[in-house]
Amino acid sequence: MATSSVSKGCFVFKPNLKKRKISVPVENYFSKGKNESEDSKLRFETYQLMWQQMQSETERLQEELNKNLFDSLIEFLQKSHYGFQKNSRDWGYQIKLREIPTAALVLDMKHFLQKLASQLVDCNVDVQSKEKESVQVTQKRIHYSMDSLSTWYMNVTQKTNPKMPRKKRTSSQWQSPPVVLILKDMESFATKVLQDFIIISSQHLHEFPLILIFGIATSPVVIHRLLPHAVSSLLCIELFQSLSCKEHLTTVLDKLLLTTQFPFKLSEKVLQILTNIFLYHDFSIQNFIKGLQLSLLEHYYSQPLSVLCCNLPEAKRRINFLSDNQCENIRRLSSFRRYVENQASEKQVALLTNERFLKEETQSLLENLHVYHTHYFLILRCLHQFTSSLPKYPLGRQIRELYCTCLEKNIWDSDEYASALQLLRMLAKDELMTMLQKCFKVFKSSSEKQLGNTEKRIEEFLAQFQSLDAEAKEEEDTPESQSKGLQKTDLYHLQKSLLEMKELRRASKRQTKFEVLREQVVSFIDSLVREYLLPPETQPLHEVLYFSAAHTLRQHLNAAPRIALHTALNNPYYYLKNEALRSEEGCIPNVAPDICIAYKLHLECSRLINLVDWSEAFATVVTAAEKVDANSVTSEERNEIIHARFIRAVSELELLGFIKPTKQKTDHVARLTWGGC
Amino acid sequence: MMSKLELKEDKMLEVQFVGDDDVLNHILDREGGAKIKKERAQLLVNTKKIVKKPEYDLEEDDQEVLKDQNYVEVLGHDVQESLKNGSTTDGGNKVYSFQNRKHPEKMAKLASELAKTPKKSVSSNLKSDPEVTIDIPQCSKGHSASDKVQLKSDLVEEYFEAHSSSKVLTSDRTLQKLKRAKLDQQTLRNLLSKVSPSFSAELKQLNQQYEQLFHKWMLQLHLGFNIVLYGLGSKRDLLERFRTTMLQDCIHVVINGFFPGISVKSILNSITEEVLDHMGTFRSVLDQLEWIINKFKEDSSLELFLLIHNLDSQMLRGDKSQQIIGQLSSLRNIYLIASIDHLNAPLMWDHAKQSLYNWLWYETTTYSHYTEETSYENSLLVKQSGSLPLSSLTHVLRSLTPNARGIFRLLIKYQLDNQDNPSYIGLSFQDFYQQCREAFLVNSDLTLRAQLTEFRDHKLIRTKKGTDGVEYLLIPVDNGTLTDFLEMEEEEF
Repeated sequence: MATSSVSKGCFVFKPNLKKRKISVPVENYFSKGKNESEDSKLRFETYQLMWQQMQSETERLQEELNKNLFDSLIEFLQKSHYGFQKNSRDWGYQIKLREIPTAALVLDMKHFLQKLASQLVDCNVDVQSKEKESVQVTQKRIHYSMDSLSTWYMNVTQKTNPKMPRKKRTSSQWQSPPVVLILKDMESFATKVLQDFIIISSQHLHEFPLILIFGIATSPVVIHRLLPHAVSSLLCIELFQSLSCKEHLTTVLDKLLLTTQFPFKLSEKVLQILTNIFLYHDFSIQNFIKGLQLSLLEHYYSQPLSVLCCNLPEAKRRINFLSDNQCENIRRLSSFRRYVENQASEKQVALLTNERFLKEETQSLLENLHVYHTHYFLILRCLHQFTSSLPKYPLGRQIRELYCTCLEKNIWDSDEYASALQLLRMLAKDELMTMLQKCFKVFKSSSEKQLGNTEKRIEEFLAQFQSLDAEAKEEEDTPESQSKGLQKTDLYHLQKSLLEMKELRRASKRQTKFEVLREQVVSFIDSLVREYLLPPETQPLHEVLYFSAAHTLRQHLNAAPRIALHTALNNPYYYLKNEALRSEEGCIPNVAPDICIAYKLHLECSRLINLVDWSEAFATVVTAAEKVDANSVTSEERNEIIHARFIRAVSELELLGFIKPTKQKTDHVARLTWGGC
Repeated sequence: MMSKLELKEDKMLEVQFVGDDDVLNHILDREGGAKIKKERAQLLVNTKKIVKKPEYDLEEDDQEVLKDQNYVEVLGHDVQESLKNGSTTDGGNKVYSFQNRKHPEKMAKLASELAKTPKKSVSSNLKSDPEVTIDIPQCSKGHSASDKVQLKSDLVEEYFEAHSSSKVLTSDRTLQKLKRAKLDQQTLRNLLSKVSPSFSAELKQLNQQYEQLFHKWMLQLHLGFNIVLYGLGSKRDLLERFRTTMLQDCIHVVINGFFPGISVKSILNSITEEVLDHMGTFRSVLDQLEWIINKFKEDSSLELFLLIHNLDSQMLRGDKSQQIIGQLSSLRNIYLIASIDHLNAPLMWDHAKQSLYNWLWYETTTYSHYTEETSYENSLLVKQSGSLPLSSLTHVLRSLTPNARGIFRLLIKYQLDNQDNPSYIGLSFQDFYQQCREAFLVNSDLTLRAQLTEFRDHKLIRTKKGTDGVEYLLIPVDNGTLTDFLEMEEEEF
C-alpha cells in the first residue's frame, strides 16, 4: 500500500491478528544491531536490571525531597478553610472571607502535582472525581455561571454526606470540603481570564469554598506581574518552594554516581556534557536522568565487555563463562594492554595466551577496580569537605566540579589544587577542626572499613588539636625576648638587623605547634589525594565500567540541526565523500547538488532575491558543470531541464525555511536568514 | 569594459563562485576605485559566539557554574570535532556568510585554462551578471571599517542592516519577460526525470549507514524514547524503508505532515476509527485524545507506531497540534518516529513539550530531493494547473441567471482589457453600474449590489477600497484562466 495520496495524509496499517501476536521481544533488537557480539542477551538483562534500580533510586530520592513540601501543602489545604466549616462570625474572619486561600508552588515537577491530585481524591471526599464530570455536563448545556457552580456544590455536598458511610472519617473532618483548583501552569494562563475568575469567585467564597493552587515554573514574582494589586489582594497567598534544581542535581549525582552501589560510571566528558545540558539549557532533572539512561543503554549496547558491569560477585561469576572472543576483547582493551606491558615477560605471555590465567587476572583486576572506587569516593568526599568552603572555591563549590576535575586528570598537577592547598595552609584552627570533623564523619558513615587507618589518623589529628589548647597558654608564657632595644645605627645596619629580625620571626613562626600540625594535616590530605584520586584511565579494565562515548550522547541529546543543515549545504563533501566535491574553504564546486548551488547563490543576496537573476546565475553555474554530456540533448531542452532543476532547488529551500514568497516585488522571494550579505 | 566582462564570464563558466573580495574589487574597479576595500571579518559570525550564546541566559549568581571555558571546551569543541572536515571547523563562522579568498596566482591559472573551454550562454551571462552583483556593495555600505571589537554585535547589526532600509536594490526583471516562465507540476516532473542523479554511490553509502541504525531505533523506541530525524534531504524514503523492514508485523500509522489537508483531528480520527475500531464521535479533540490515552493505558498489549513525515509542516507546527502529538508520544505503548526539515523546527518545542516527546535526535542527511514534500505546495515557480479554478468557475456561473452571467462577463472583459496596466486595481462600482445599465443588465444599483453579494459569497470577486474611498471590484483569478473561460462561454452561446 502506498503512503502518498492527494486525498489523505494518514495511512493506517494493521497486520492481521495472527501475525501480530508474534511480536519480537525487545532484546532481539538489542542483539541484532550492528555488532552481533557476545552475551548480548545477558547485557540487555543487566541493562534492564541496572536501569530499574537506578530509576527506583531516583524516584525514592524525589519522593524524599518532596515529602516536606507535600506535607506542608496538605496541611495548608486542611486548615485554610477551617473557618468556613466552623462558620465563625468573628470580624477578622469576615475580612478574611474575601480572600481566596492560595498556595503558590514553585517547582518543575509535574508528577508532584499528579500525586497531589491523587492524594486529594482519596484522602478527601470523592467529590473531586465527580466534580469533573458534572462540570463538564453543565458546561455543555447551560451558560455556565458561578451561581450554578455553587448550587451544584450545595447539592453535591448534601448528597454525599449521607451517601458515604465508607468515608465517614474524612467526611466528618470535611463537613463542607473545599474545592481545590489546581492551575498547573500559571504563566500560560490568559491574565484577563485569571483575573476575572479570581474576582468573581472571591465574591462567592462564602458559599463556595475555593482553594487555589498555582503551579509556577519561574519565580514567585510572576504572580504580581500577572495580577494587578486589586486582584492579588483578594488572594491569601502562601508560598511553597521546592528544593532548587541544582541541589536536586547534587543529590541525584550523589546517590547515583558517587557511590559504589552502581558499578556503572560516566567518564569526565560525558558527565560534563550532561551537567552542561542541565546547567546551560534546561535545568531539568528529568532530562539529566534521560541522559543517564541513554548513556547506560549505549554502554551496554556498544561495549561487549559491559557484561561485566554488574555487582562484583556476579561479575566474577560471569568472568568464568566468558567466551574466547570476549577474552580477545579484554586483551584488546587499551588499559589492559598498558597493564600487560608493565608486567614481567613470563606473565605477559601467560596473559596473552592462557585463557584461564587471563580470567583469574581479570577477576583480581576487577576486584581492584571496585576497591579503587570505594577509596576514591571516600577520599573525594573528604577532599570536598576541605575545599568546598575555601575562599573563591578554587576547586569548585559543588562536589560534581571536583569530581569532574579528578576524573579528567591528576588533580594534584593542577594550579587550582596547588592554590587550594595554599589556602588550606592558612586556615585558622577552628576552621580546620570543623573540616576534620566533617571528614571524620564521612569515614564513619561509610560502611567500608578499608581506610580504617586514615580514619584513625584523622582522629589523632583532632585529639592533637584539642590538646593544643592546653599548651597554648604555656607558649604564651615564653615569648622570645627579641627586642634588645634599638641602638644607634646607620642605615645599612638598620636594614641588616631588620632583615635578621624578619628571618628570625619567620623561623620562630614555623615553630608554633599549631602550624606544624596544620602542615601535617595538609600534607596528609595531599598524600591521600595522590594515592587514591588517580584518574580512572590509569586503572586497568576501566572501559568495562566507564561510558566514554560523549560524542554519541551529545549527538542524540543536544543535537544541532541547524549546523547539520548548514554543513550539508555548504560543504557537501563532508557527507558525500566524492573527490569531485572536495573544495577549498567557502566555495562549492559546480557539480555539487543543485540545492547547495542555489543556496550558495542566495547567500549573496540581501533581503530580496530576484528569481530571474537567481535562475540565470544558477543556469550559468550548472551549465558549466555539464560540459560533457551537453551535446546529447538539444540546447533548448537542456535549458528547460536546468530551469526545472532550479525550480526544484528553490522549492526545497522554501521548504527548509530559507526563503519565502513575497508580494513586495514581482518575482521576488524574501530571504529569511541574514548575514553573509 | 568588454574585456573585463569577458573575463568575468570566463570565471562564471568554471569557478562558479567568486569570493566576495574579488567581487568587491571588481566592482570597485569599475566604479573607479573610489572606495577602499572593506574588511569582511566584521561580517562574520563566530562559532564561539553561537555556541556560547546560552551563557547569556544564565543567572548571574551561579558563578561556580559559569565556567564558560569548560562549556566551550565540551560543547563547542565537540561541535568542531564532529565536523572535522575543514569547512565547518570554524562552523558558525560561515553560518550564513559567504567568504572566499582566492589566491591571485590560482585565479590566473584558472583563467588560462578557461580560455580553452568553449563559451556557452554568453548572452544570459552578460545580462545577468552586473545586476546580480549590485546587491553586494549595497549591503556592506553601512559598515564603517571596524575592528574586531565590534564582532559581538555583528549578528544583530546584520539583521538590522538587512532590514533597515525599505529600499532593496534588485533588478526589475520579471519571469514574464523570460520565455520559460512557470511550469506546471506534470511537466516539471517529466523534465526532472531526465536528469541523471549524481553521486548515487555516495548517497547509497549514506543510506546504508542509516539503515544499520534501524534495530537500534526499534530498541530505543521500545525503551521509551522517541526518535526524530533531521538533516538535509528528504527522509521519506528512509522512513519508508524502516517501515517496510521493521514494522511489517506491527500496527502503524504513517502520517504525511506535508499533506496540506492534514490536521491533528485527522490523525486522531485514523487512530480511533481504524486502529481502535471505534465508531463513535467525540465532542472535541481533547476528548478524543483522552479517550485514546485511556484506551492505551488500559490495554498494555496494544502497541502503535506513529511515523510522521515532516512533523514541522505548516499544518502540524501549531502549539496545540504539537501538544497533542506530544501527549500521544509520551504514552508508553505509542512509539513515535518523526522527521523535521525546517531550519527553525526545534523552536516548536518548549521544555514541557520536549519532555513529553523525550526525543533522541538522529542526523540523517540524505540529499534526497523533497519530491513528494514539495509536490503539494504552491511552489513559487510552479504554475497552478488552472484546471481547477476554471471548472469551478463554469460550474458556479452555470447556475446563475443569464443576466448575472452577463454582469460577470462584463467584469471579466474589463479586467482582461486592463491586464497590461500594472496599476490596475479593479473596476469601480460606479463605473461598473454605468456599464451594466448601458448593457440593460440591471435597472438599479440595488440589483447590482444584490448580484455582487452573490458573487462575493462564491468568492468570484473581491472588493477593495481604493485610496479615494471608492469600492473597486476584482476577480481573483489569473488572466489565463479568465481568457479560457471567455472562450468557452463564447463557444456555448
